[in-house]
Amino acid sequence: MKNMKAGKLLSDYGNVLVLLLLCAVISFVTLEEQSPRSTAAAETLALKILKATGKDANVLILVRNGEGQQEFANTLKNTLSKAGLNVTDTIVGTPRDARAALGKQPSPLAAIATDEHMATFCAEQLPQLGKSIPALEKTTVHQPRKHTWPNFLKKENLLNVLKQISVVAIIAIGMTMVIITAGIDLSVGSLIAFSGVITALSIQQLAGGGDPATGHLLLGSAAGILVCALIGMGTGSLVTLFNIPAFIVTLGVMFIAKGLAFIFSQSAPIPVANEGFAWLGRGSDLMGLPNSVVLMLLLYGIAHVVMSHTSIGRYIYAVGGNPEAARLSGVPVKWVLVFVYTLCGLLAGLGGVMEASLHITGDPKSGTLVELQVIAAVVVGGTSLAGGQGKIFGTLVGALIIGVIRNGMNLTGVEAHMQSVVYGVVILIAVMVDQLKNRGLKTAH
Amino acid sequence: MADTAQPPLLQMRGISKAFPGVQALSEVDLTLHAGEVLALLGENGAGKSTLIKILGGAHPHDEGAIEIEGHQALLNNPLNSQAAGIGIIYQEFNLVAGLTARENIFLGQEPSRVCFIPRSQEEEQARALFARIGVEIEPDALCGELTVAQQQVVEIAKALSQEARIIVMDEPTAALTPREVEGLLKVIGELRAQGIGIIYISHRLDEIDEIADRVTILRDGSHVATRDKSKLQRDEMIELMVGRSLEKEFPFRECQPGNVRLAVKNLSRSSKVRNVSFELRAGEIVGLTGLVGAGRTETARLIFGADKKDSGTVELDGKPIGATSPRDAINCGICLLTEDRKSQGLILGQTVQENFGLPNLKQFTQTGLIDRAKESDALAKFVKQIPIKVASHDQPAQTLSGGNQQKVVLAKWLQRNAEVIIFDEPTRGIDVGAKYEIYQLINQLADEGKAILMISSELPEILGMSNRIIVMNEGRITGQISDVASATQEDIMKLATQREELAA
Repeated sequence: MKNMKAGKLLSDYGNVLVLLLLCAVISFVTLEEQSPRSTAAAETLALKILKATGKDANVLILVRNGEGQQEFANTLKNTLSKAGLNVTDTIVGTPRDARAALGKQPSPLAAIATDEHMATFCAEQLPQLGKSIPALEKTTVHQPRKHTWPNFLKKENLLNVLKQISVVAIIAIGMTMVIITAGIDLSVGSLIAFSGVITALSIQQLAGGGDPATGHLLLGSAAGILVCALIGMGTGSLVTLFNIPAFIVTLGVMFIAKGLAFIFSQSAPIPVANEGFAWLGRGSDLMGLPNSVVLMLLLYGIAHVVMSHTSIGRYIYAVGGNPEAARLSGVPVKWVLVFVYTLCGLLAGLGGVMEASLHITGDPKSGTLVELQVIAAVVVGGTSLAGGQGKIFGTLVGALIIGVIRNGMNLTGVEAHMQSVVYGVVILIAVMVDQLKNRGLKTAH
Repeated sequence: MADTAQPPLLQMRGISKAFPGVQALSEVDLTLHAGEVLALLGENGAGKSTLIKILGGAHPHDEGAIEIEGHQALLNNPLNSQAAGIGIIYQEFNLVAGLTARENIFLGQEPSRVCFIPRSQEEEQARALFARIGVEIEPDALCGELTVAQQQVVEIAKALSQEARIIVMDEPTAALTPREVEGLLKVIGELRAQGIGIIYISHRLDEIDEIADRVTILRDGSHVATRDKSKLQRDEMIELMVGRSLEKEFPFRECQPGNVRLAVKNLSRSSKVRNVSFELRAGEIVGLTGLVGAGRTETARLIFGADKKDSGTVELDGKPIGATSPRDAINCGICLLTEDRKSQGLILGQTVQENFGLPNLKQFTQTGLIDRAKESDALAKFVKQIPIKVASHDQPAQTLSGGNQQKVVLAKWLQRNAEVIIFDEPTRGIDVGAKYEIYQLINQLADEGKAILMISSELPEILGMSNRIIVMNEGRITGQISDVASATQEDIMKLATQREELAA
């Protein structure tokens, strides 16, 4: 019994284990020496300089130019001034700028606060410069203490992974439900493009040629999402009323939606003339978390409750497990099927709005092949294509596994075609594990 | 009968087999002689299927020895088993519906992978095989278009074509009409006369009485007894299988029919159900019988709203109900326990509790969320009352025995407070002990004032349980028997085979 429970735990949450293992491996591979640029690092550095020079000493800040460096320089300047040191100048630039600044030092310079790049420059140049410039005779060089940390596990990187998977993961919620009913929805990728185009067009129309207001943005987005939900409802109706296999129906819808997206947009991306539209795709309002990630987590929470604690959730599993038995038990099977396809369409529409928001453009080319990524996330998450089985959070883990692998390969510089091969292998392994798991369950009885 | 000097055709000695958590078989012995029919009896879960699968090479055994004609046999895969002369006819046939009878018989025996298959030669052989069995089947008929009984004959022919000397039949009559059963028993007699050893598994003791030479009984994975059929009484047979004595096969019950609950009027659907009308009273058990294909199940499905009716009405307590889906019927208090629990009654991969809750979720839902504790409590009540043997409420339904599966289906309907309960073959594939419990339950429900329609092909069951019997043939009701006590199986069969032009 205990053994069975352990086995069940492993089969239910085995992919979490895989995810953690992947994270560990990628962390190890991306281990690198880091020079911290945080406020805390700046404060520590200021204290260290104060200790070495005493109050009111002259300090020069030298930082190599680059992303985030200006911020680091400002932080340093503030903390050093606050500590009672006299900051003579703050240079963010090239070694040439640094040399110029050093040459201009009027009074004896006690210390240079710097980052790792400029520290190397100082170490090479300062001894010689000290001979010719008296102000630099007793100057010491200070930089934040270095430490080793995986690039993968940096906060920005992790948030980036989450942000990158958010669209796929959100649509995968609907796809999980569809696949649990033993169906499939190939149209979601095209719906992303369609929704984006409809949204951008609606906003343009609503704004009437002028700059769209926030209300217009909201209405336009709602239009994009709603249209996709209606398309999903149509898909579900065709599947149930005419008993056409979902694969075929959604294949048709996929081509139709893609074509319409190009026709409506006249094959050109449609810009949205209001930066506020980027709020969903680019903004991060809650504790530094990107809005798309917050939305994703919220939807997963809701979906989990729906699937495990409500009638409709039970019905979805029942329809997938045995549609005839479900019907004879009073489950409104057709209604359930229409519901899942409608929801899947709606979420694909939402994904389209998110994608459009990210680029502030409704692009008919967006979403290409995303349906396959979505299906991959669901399958890697342990949902059986045969229907009746699957977990919502399994899908989130599946999306994370794929996102983490992609990120890891990007960080280590694996080229695009090789990445494709790796995805394929991962999906096959996931399905094989699923099969073995099922076989294990069968022989256990 | 068997020559003692010759080693027996098949000898299994001390066979043991364990699955994770279960000792399926422990030291089971079985002997089969050439030219005899050995009935293998036991309740569900007694280990019959496991023993058969070992014989068929589907499962390896842990301990023990198997000898065929005195020679040690290694049956570690189905091919070896086939080569050793063992042919197994499982409940689910291994036939390809899209191939002809001939192609099925020779499937996998093509002389070589590339060479042209001599069709005429095969056809001749197929005909010879059918002639040997004594049944006429066109070798070029598609298997999907044959009746179940004919498909079975194809399976037997296939086994014979592989020169099987031992033929095992697992519940061969489960899906056959009485007339087809007769035909099959004749075929078995023919095979026996040709010196083939037959292991025959069935829950139907009538057939055992008729065909078996010896009987081997298993209980809980152990060998209980092997006797000559002539020295074994029917009651004793049941006692040995169940491990306790049963008073009777059917529990007695006094019936006092109340008001009319369900009235079916002129129900029709294409040629399957024609103009069917009858009434069900409170506290009454009405048996509905007839040959397979007589339209019994179809009638039940129409009442339940599972199929669309062409015409006719269904009234509950005098009010017409327009059930167009099972959901409607369930809401009115009509429920159907389907013939095939596995494919229609239960969602096998889901837990007992989920199956139980499925039609009852409204009762357990508060502010949109299912109260699992409440659901579990309700189930616990039935588990105790009925009783249902479950290890836990979260056990997958597929791990339960047939009887307990049936009880779970029943529990879910009782929770739904069903008023009219239709049982379609309630004891099919259920072992003798559990059968009695199901009968008791049906009686109890009738005592509570529910109206019960019981569909069954087993005439003893119909005669033993019903207060009134309705017989159908070719979609029509051909007769009713109100005085069940003095009715006989022959009376029913006469009605069941009565054709339209003869019907008054």
